[in-house]
Amino acid sequence: MTEAQPAVARDAVIEVRDLVVFYGPREILKGVSLDVHSGEIVVIMGGSGSGKSTLLRHMIGLERPTSGTIKLLGNDICGMSELELYEFSKKMGVAFQGGALFSSMSVGDNIMLPLREHTSLDPKTMEIMLRLKLEVVSLAGFEDLMPSELSGGMLKRAAFARAVIMDPMLLFCDEPSAGLDPVVSSALDELILRLREALGMTIVVVTHELDSAFRIADRIVVLDHGDILTIGTVDQVRNSDNERVQDLLNRRFEEEILDPDAYLARLTGEKLLPERERGI
Amino acid sequence: MATARESGNGALRLAEAAGQGTLRGIEMIGYGATLFGQAVYWLFLGRRHGQVVRAAPVFREMMQLGIGAIPIITILTGAIGIVLAMQGITSLEAFGAEHQVVIMVALSVTREFGPLITGIIVAGRSGSALAARLGTMVINNEVDALRVMGINPVRFLVVPSLVAMMVMVPVLTIWADLVSLYGAGLYITSELGTTMTVYVDDTLSYLTVEDVMHGVNKSIIFAALITMIGVLNGYSVKGGAEGVGRVTTSSVVQAISAIVLTDLVFVFAATRS
Repeated sequence: MTEAQPAVARDAVIEVRDLVVFYGPREILKGVSLDVHSGEIVVIMGGSGSGKSTLLRHMIGLERPTSGTIKLLGNDICGMSELELYEFSKKMGVAFQGGALFSSMSVGDNIMLPLREHTSLDPKTMEIMLRLKLEVVSLAGFEDLMPSELSGGMLKRAAFARAVIMDPMLLFCDEPSAGLDPVVSSALDELILRLREALGMTIVVVTHELDSAFRIADRIVVLDHGDILTIGTVDQVRNSDNERVQDLLNRRFEEEILDPDAYLARLTGEKLLPERERGI
Repeated sequence: MATARESGNGALRLAEAAGQGTLRGIEMIGYGATLFGQAVYWLFLGRRHGQVVRAAPVFREMMQLGIGAIPIITILTGAIGIVLAMQGITSLEAFGAEHQVVIMVALSVTREFGPLITGIIVAGRSGSALAARLGTMVINNEVDALRVMGINPVRFLVVPSLVAMMVMVPVLTIWADLVSLYGAGLYITSELGTTMTVYVDDTLSYLTVEDVMHGVNKSIIFAALITMIGVLNGYSVKGGAEGVGRVTTSSVVQAISAIVLTDLVFVFAATRS
């Protein structure tokens, strides 16, 4: 595992250390450690079931890990109380996969919700901030529509606007290009790059889209079965000699190692005896 | 050890299912109580943590579940009042006591039918809507979105509904009492040849504040039950749109069962003392 150093040494704004997550008896993350530096765009990649969404849910404080620590901007979010976490979340924005806009509110009300809840700005100022952010995501004039009247790409852009309305220092995006056509999806990539440039945010993107990852990433983290396969710049990952990384990049699917006994047991629906009892 | 499922023993399987159902029920009561506690906490202490419960959503909910329910409650409780009067006169005629129907109707309506019918209608109209709305929000990650925006979902989503329910269900119950008594009065006065003034005077002389409050107090408990059951079902949604349908149905069934059983306990306690 090689960790590329950023060109200029910067402070790590996100530090994940030995993150272990169990869902019941299943180990989803097996001791993941990674740093994200200020102003960086880091893309977390991996196939389905690699644990990338789980990693994201833990990084944004939605779930607590079995063990390990996550520090955002120097604060250990795993040790925070619920109230401290609410206070801290004002410094970060999250754009969810499906947008997660509230269907009972207009686009404008959705985007202004964090302002209304956390600030005492007057309505006029809020509206100006709303229009500013709508301009950034190219949705000017759409504030009065309901989320159900927007297309998939517009929903995601509105979700970005809501995520950055409080000018957060950290932005997390879950599968920004999932389910979108290539043109809309590359427009969203442009948007992510623009947000970093305009607002100087540190951005973590979870995706399984290779093209998008190569286009926006400063560094790529490749996850597989709950382990980090490699962390590196786009070129480093492309030229990685790790076989699994190359499999993922070349869209080769993983051959399942077949155990005849296990296969038979699966077909007959019987419980498989532990290996030692089968004399293996 | 073989489980009941493997041994194929019907009785054992039934016992196991009953046991698991009971456990789930107790678990749900525990969750409900915790959620209620949290809702009360955020309602009164939210401001201290910058999590204010705003008036606008509370009023919106009040309009929806309260004012919106008035037509159906008027029709149904009016009909129930007339039915009670008809049944009452027919049964009491056997003893030549049909004039006693006024006290019978007055007590049945204020102590039982008013709160019960209101509770059942609100459970069907608004408890289910609450479960469906929350269920959809959970599936669309909207509840997660609230949390990462630093907004407590209980304060933002549950408290307005709970407050609106606990204010509007008693109000609707009083309305149901009035409509029901009026409906019964229409039938009784025409059947027994008295006037509405006499009927109203009779009713007022029989009824005590305690009778009306017995019904109203019950309706406040029903309101809390409907909200908590709707919310718990909505939060526990699994499996997409089909899951939302399932929790909607189960919230109605559970809320109505809870209302009737609570009523049973309440009446038992009230008639003993």
